[in-house]
Amino acid sequence: MTHNIKKNIAPSFQDRLGVRPDGKDTALITGAEALMRSLEHEGVETIFGYPGGAIMPSYDALFDHTGTLNHILVRHEQGAAHAAQGYARASGRVGVCLVTSGPGATNTVTGIADAMIDSTPIVVIAGQVGKAFLGTDAFQEVDLLGITQPITKWSYQIRRAEDVAWAVARAFYIAKSGRPGPVVLDFAKNAQVEKTDYVPVAVDYIRSYMPVPEVDQEIVAQAADLINKAERPLVLVGQGVELGNAQEELKTFLEKADMPAGCTLLGLSALPTEHPLNKGMLGMHGNLGPNVNTNKCDLLISVGMRFDDRVTGKLDTYAKQAKIIHFDIDPAEINKNVKADIAVLGDCKDTLKAVTELLKPAKHKEWIDSFLTYEKVEEEKVIRPELHPLGKELTMGEVVRAVSDATNHEGILVTDVGQNQMIAARYFKYSKDRSIITSGGFGTMGFCLPAAIGAAFGRPDRTVCAFMGDGGLQMCIQELGTIMEQRAPVKIIVLNNNYLGNVRQWQAMFFNGRYSFTPMANPDYLKVAGAYDIPSCRVTSRDQLQRAVQDMIETDGPFLLEVCVMEEGNVLPMTPPGGSVNQMLLEC
Amino acid sequence: MDKTLYTIIVHSENFAGLLNQVTAVFTRRQINIESLNVSASSIKGVHKYTITTWTDKDTIEKITTQIAKKIDVLQAHYFTDDEIYQHEIALYKLATPALEQAPEASKVIRKYNARIVEVNPVFAIVEKNGISEDITSLYEELREMGCVLQFVRSGRVAITTSCFERVNEYLADREAKYFQSKQQEEA
Repeated sequence: MTHNIKKNIAPSFQDRLGVRPDGKDTALITGAEALMRSLEHEGVETIFGYPGGAIMPSYDALFDHTGTLNHILVRHEQGAAHAAQGYARASGRVGVCLVTSGPGATNTVTGIADAMIDSTPIVVIAGQVGKAFLGTDAFQEVDLLGITQPITKWSYQIRRAEDVAWAVARAFYIAKSGRPGPVVLDFAKNAQVEKTDYVPVAVDYIRSYMPVPEVDQEIVAQAADLINKAERPLVLVGQGVELGNAQEELKTFLEKADMPAGCTLLGLSALPTEHPLNKGMLGMHGNLGPNVNTNKCDLLISVGMRFDDRVTGKLDTYAKQAKIIHFDIDPAEINKNVKADIAVLGDCKDTLKAVTELLKPAKHKEWIDSFLTYEKVEEEKVIRPELHPLGKELTMGEVVRAVSDATNHEGILVTDVGQNQMIAARYFKYSKDRSIITSGGFGTMGFCLPAAIGAAFGRPDRTVCAFMGDGGLQMCIQELGTIMEQRAPVKIIVLNNNYLGNVRQWQAMFFNGRYSFTPMANPDYLKVAGAYDIPSCRVTSRDQLQRAVQDMIETDGPFLLEVCVMEEGNVLPMTPPGGSVNQMLLEC
Repeated sequence: MDKTLYTIIVHSENFAGLLNQVTAVFTRRQINIESLNVSASSIKGVHKYTITTWTDKDTIEKITTQIAKKIDVLQAHYFTDDEIYQHEIALYKLATPALEQAPEASKVIRKYNARIVEVNPVFAIVEKNGISEDITSLYEELREMGCVLQFVRSGRVAITTSCFERVNEYLADREAKYFQSKQQEEA
């Protein structure tokens, strides 16, 4: 079988590894050692993992590489997967996970599915029983490839040591190119111990895989033409802009044609919050203006977003009056949910630039001012009561804003799932890119704590603020152990309302207030933090908030801030399920 | 919604597990595969799948792009019956006594240009190759005469009506573009 192998390794790297100039190693090495060298060759610096029987040879090889490969021992393999995601989202690099076979591997399945739907580049290397044991129901054997096939971009079972270099190179290439996604390598134990002649491999071409479609200049011209003619254009900004590092190109694009923009949950920090053309968040709990005006614009321009059902609401009544231009790197997304009039395929860093060149400078003052009416209504009915409540009880929103202020709006926001996620996304402010890490498409509770650890390692220069509810914290609470051991400087903010808040809100709104198993008894989180040697503080009233937040930010290292918030608070505005995007409820 | 019979032709690398990935696209959307044929194509190392399914235009477009998206799938295209030349082979096991008693049966077999490939006192086997509709019609007619014991049909094999092999062109194009970009990089 011919692989597309290119032997182009930079000489300086060769020198470092002590590899001979002709690329051949001086001695045969084990598959496990080949794995370590391949990871180094890919420039991996951080691995999140948990050892076990089937992966032990690799852990033994890792023991000699701890100078270059920083391995973080988590407390549950699910934590490893989410940490790899957090690392990838914060840094833009590929997150790496090393786990054992059987239960170790299956514990990463949630993280892999989450990475697939949110297009996050991670490589999960799982141990597997030896070749001779495959298919015999051996100890800790599981058909990982079969289980993860629908939720990975690519997967491969390494059964021979000589395949390691190629498989790792291919895995990283696939994970990070085009629309990023997760890749699984199932590493059989015999392949880890058998010896091979290691030659570093780099993959930058797979004949059946075209990660970035060619840009069609004709289509670019058509798109520019439509934009030039539009009177009420609205731009929808998605994660694609962050993945493509096209934040500057986006700004120029918007400013030249004076177009207002709404951001999806994952695209929130692609455009700074304070940018005059940033009209807020789209979606079920987004801001009123961009949602209502979706059904008033005459041209809808989607950049790197996939028209998820949380954003569109009922598709029958979604932007029917507008022409639609869809910028995307993945041809399968075009016309999947919403029919596009023009599909601009390609990397948005290039396509936005190409279209901008053909744009005529324009002004849409009246259209942009039309957002003000909705902003006023939302400010009065929803935002002010949330940020400046009249009652004694603390709202989630005021806590989020206090923390955002304390980091000068430069922190990385990591959220869990539910009310904490929606409120944090809405009230945190973003001035830098890659500032929001949240489980969007999958909504995995428990995502926050491990992802925040990953983010702290991915961007040690930034302040990581991890917001979670009492429910989400407990789902991956064992990762407090990782934080303790690593002294990872994660600022953990637990918004404790003694409920599974989002479900309770839906039960209140749609199930006659029947709180079926949503009230939850909580432990004393300060004692839990104390047991993990993590400084902590509890806030029960407004006058304690500012001081506590300040303490948290100024403390070196991790901190757990528990805030007892209003128990039956609601997230608004809301597009009810099956509702139309322009019919948001402002009260419930 | 109106359903049409579409034929999807997929070219992929010859790796294990790819068939599963391709059919999973159908399973996920609960779309039934009418017939499936997989074998080596005329290009070395490349496998060809011919899949037929009853569905509407919107769905077939989505399925085809999702199959094409898989790493190791080279190309995937869908066609309606008038855009391809298709053939199938079928075997009909008929009860010999019934066959002897109904002279109409022999006439029908001749009408459809089918061949009798095996005869013994218990059963006779008729083989027909041709387009899917004819195979179905022959089966219906024989069944009405009450002489069919067993019936099996192969999947469809199809060939496009364009005059060159698209995949060859695609592969050559990919290689050329890659080497071109490599030369530009080194320059």
